Amino acid sequence: MLSRIAESLFWIGRYVERADDTARLLDVHLQILLEDPWAEEDLACRSLLSVMDRQLPASSAPIGRVEVLDVLAYDRFSPSSIAGALVSARENARRAREVISTELWESLNATWNQLPSHMRPARPHDYFTWVRERAAVVAGVVDATASRDDTWAFMVLGRSIERADMTARLLTTRALAGSGGPGWTTLLRSCGAHEAFLRTYRGTASDERAAGFLLLDRLFPRSIVFALNQAEACLTALEPVVDRASVDDARRHIGLVRTNLEYRPLIDVLDALPREMEQVQRACAAASDAVRGRYFPSALTTTWVGENL
Amino acid sequence: MADLFDDYPAGVAWDEMLDPATGPRAAYKHVHAALAQLSAGELRARADALARTYLTQGVTFDFAGEERPFPLDVVPRVLAGDEWEHVAPGVKQRVRALEAFLADVYGPQRVIADGVLPRSVIVSSTNYCRAARGITPPNGVRVHVSGIDLIRDSLGGWRVLEDNVRVPSGVSYVLSNRRAMAQTFPELFAALRIRPVSDYPRRLLAALTAAAPAGVDDPTVVVLTPGVYNSAYFEHSLLARTMGVELVEGRDLFCAQGRVWMRTTQGRRRVDVIYRRVDDDFLDPVTFRADSLLGSPGLMTCARNGTVTIANAVGNGVADDKLVYTYVPDLIRYYLGEEPILANVDTWRLEEPGSLEEVLDRLDELVVKPVDGSGGKGLVVGPAASRAELEALRSRLVEDPRGWIAQPVVQLSTVPTLVEDGLRPRHTDLRPFAVNDGDDIWVLPGGLTRVALPEGRLVVNSSQGGGSKDTWVLGGSPPRREAASAAVHHPVPVGNAVPIDANPQDIRAHVMQQQQSLDGRPAAPSSSDQEVGTC
Repeated sequence: MLSRIAESLFWIGRYVERADDTARLLDVHLQILLEDPWAEEDLACRSLLSVMDRQLPASSAPIGRVEVLDVLAYDRFSPSSIAGALVSARENARRAREVISTELWESLNATWNQLPSHMRPARPHDYFTWVRERAAVVAGVVDATASRDDTWAFMVLGRSIERADMTARLLTTRALAGSGGPGWTTLLRSCGAHEAFLRTYRGTASDERAAGFLLLDRLFPRSIVFALNQAEACLTALEPVVDRASVDDARRHIGLVRTNLEYRPLIDVLDALPREMEQVQRACAAASDAVRGRYFPSALTTTWVGENL
Repeated sequence: MADLFDDYPAGVAWDEMLDPATGPRAAYKHVHAALAQLSAGELRARADALARTYLTQGVTFDFAGEERPFPLDVVPRVLAGDEWEHVAPGVKQRVRALEAFLADVYGPQRVIADGVLPRSVIVSSTNYCRAARGITPPNGVRVHVSGIDLIRDSLGGWRVLEDNVRVPSGVSYVLSNRRAMAQTFPELFAALRIRPVSDYPRRLLAALTAAAPAGVDDPTVVVLTPGVYNSAYFEHSLLARTMGVELVEGRDLFCAQGRVWMRTTQGRRRVDVIYRRVDDDFLDPVTFRADSLLGSPGLMTCARNGTVTIANAVGNGVADDKLVYTYVPDLIRYYLGEEPILANVDTWRLEEPGSLEEVLDRLDELVVKPVDGSGGKGLVVGPAASRAELEALRSRLVEDPRGWIAQPVVQLSTVPTLVEDGLRPRHTDLRPFAVNDGDDIWVLPGGLTRVALPEGRLVVNSSQGGGSKDTWVLGGSPPRREAASAAVHHPVPVGNAVPIDANPQDIRAHVMQQQQSLDGRPAAPSSSDQEVGTC
C-alpha cells in the first residue's frame, strides 16, 4: 500500500473518532452546565478549552457556552474542532478514494455535504446527536465491509490512538476544575459509558470505580486501556515479525503507558491524574509520530527553481 | 406577529403564571418574558422538536392500547423556592404519618383502640390485605416511594387530592421531561437556577438497598415489571437502567429453599429486594389471584420469612383508600402530634348520618369518586355529567355508600399551555415524589405536573389522555459536591497542553491550493489533465 494512502486511512480513523469524542464531550458538559444551576460556567468552559489545547481569552472577559461551541464545534478550519475534523476526514477519504469502499466514501461525503445545514441548529444537542450518528455509520461501514487487511489496521489504529488521547483529555477536565468540575457521572456519560458502568457495578458508584472503569476496564471499548490494547493489536498486525531484542517504537510508547496504568495501584494514578493523563496524551503523540516515521516517510519536498534566462 | 398571550382569558381558577390584576407572577417572570419574545411559529417549532425527541427516545405512554409519545407541553410549571419550602415538608409529614399508620394497621392497631378511626373503615377497605399482617419490613419502611397528588384551589392554596403509596408512577417522565426541556430551552436554564432532579435513581437505589433483609451485605435489587405491554413499561425500564439493576418479569423469578431467585445465564442468583411495579393482587398466585402469571408463586412466603423485601410493601393500598384519606389529618395529629401542613380537600363520608342525603341532593355540583380507584377511573364530575349518568350514579351510591366519597368541584389552578389557538389556561395538578430510605424522607424537587388538555376539563390523569409539564423549582443552596479525588485545583498553564495533532499532508495540500489560487499558476508541475470535476 502506498504510504500516502496509508497515512490518509490512519487519519480518517483519527478525525472521525475526534469528531465523535468531541461531540460526546461537549454534549454532556454543556448539558451539565444547563441542568446544574450551581455550575461555574466560566471555569468549566476555560478548562474545556485548555484541555483541548486552545488559547484562552483574557480572564477579564467571562466565556460561556457560545464561545466554546464556536471554537470546538463549528470551526471548519481547525482540524481539532468537530466540523473541521469532519471536513478533514472527507479530504483524506478523497485522497484515498481508490482504496476505500464506495460505501465508506459516500458516508463521509454525505456527512460533509450535510455539515452546513446541521451546523448552528437551535439545539446544539441535535448537532451532537447527528455527529455521533454519522461517526457510528462510518464505524459501522468500516466494521461490516472492510477486509481485515492493512487498510483496516491503519484506520482502526488511528481510531484507537485518538480514542485513548481524547479519553485522557476528558479525564483531565475532571481534575482541572477541581471540585467544581464535572463529576464522574458526567465523564462516564461523555464516553457513553454510564449505562455500561451502572450495569457492571449495579449502581453502587464510587469515584474510584468510575475512574477505574474509564481508565482500565478491559471490556469497555472506550476505556483508555482497551483503546491502547487495540492500538497495539493493530501495530502487531501491521508488523508481525518482531525483532528478537527490540520492539517497534510506536508499540513501545503505547505499551509503556498502558502497563503504567494497568500495573500501578489505581489510587496512585488518581492522585496525579492530570500528570498521568498528560503522559497518555504524550505517548499517543509519540506513537503517532513513530507510526508516521515508519510507515509514512514524507517525500522530500521538491521545489522548482525557475531558470534565469 | 400576534402576541402568544393575546386574549388570554382570566378564568375562575388561579392562574399560576398570570395574575389577572398585575400580570406575570414573580416566579414566572423569566419564563413569561422568554415566551413573549417568541412568535407562535417558533414556539410550535420547539414543541415539535420536543415531540420528535420523545418519539426517537421512545418516551411513550400506552393510551387505549396504543403507544403514543408522552405529551409534554412546552411551557414549564415554575415554583418559587419559598413555595417549595412549604410543600416539601408537607409531603414529608404526610408520608411519615402514613408510614406510622401502616405499621399500626398491620401491627397493634392502636389507632382503632384509641378511637381515631373506626375498625369498619379498615376491615371494609378492599385494599386492606390480611396476608400482610405480621410482615415486618427490615428497616421499618413500607412506603419506599410515594406520590402525593396536590392541587391548588382558586385562592392559590395547596391541598392534597390523594395519596399514592402503592405503585406511584410518573417519575420517569419527570426525568425525561427535564432532559428534553433543557435541550429545548437552553437559554432559560442558563438564566434561572432550577433545582436538578437527576439524583432520583441514586436515591431510590439507596433506599431499596437500605431496605434489604438483615445480614445481606451486597443486596441484589431488581425491578419487577408486568412486561412490555404495561402502560408504564417505559418507566420500569428507565428506572432499572438508571439504577443499573435487572428488570425482571415474573417468569424470571422462582422461589426455592425459602428464598427468591432469578434465572440467569450463570445459573440461579439470589434476589434480596424487589422493587415491584406489579399490583398486590398479581404478585403471588399462591396468596392472591391464582390466575396471575405476573408474579411468582411463593413470593409472599419469602417476604414473611424475611428473606426478601418487597417494595413498596404489600397492603399499602389501605392508606390510598379515599375514605382513609379523609382521616389523614387526624392521623397526622395522632401519630406525629403535629398540625397538618397541607390541608385535604373537603370530603363527605357517605356513611355518616345525613351526608348521603345531602350529597344526593347536590349530585350535579359535586365530584364523586370510588374509594379504591386510581388513575381517575370511575370518577364522576357532577356539573359535566348527563342526567342519565347522574341517575345511574345515584342508585350506585345508595347501594354502596362505603364505596364512594364526594367532594365539591375544586377549580384546579391553571398554567398556560400550548393548544391549537395558542397559549390557553389548562388545569393542572402536581405529583411530588418522595423516597424513604429509613433515615430520612427525600422529596424530589418538583415532581410531575399533569395537565388536562381539553378546555375546562378537570381530570388530568395520563390514563385519561392528560399531558404533562416540566416542573421547575427555583433557587435553593447548592448540594454537597462529590469530593474530588484531586481536590487541588490544577490550572493548566497555557501552552502546556498536549497539542492536538493533524495530518501534515492536509496542511501541505492546503498551502499548495492556497498558493495556486493566489498566484494563478501551479506551485508544482501539475498534470495535463483537464479538470472535469472531482471524483
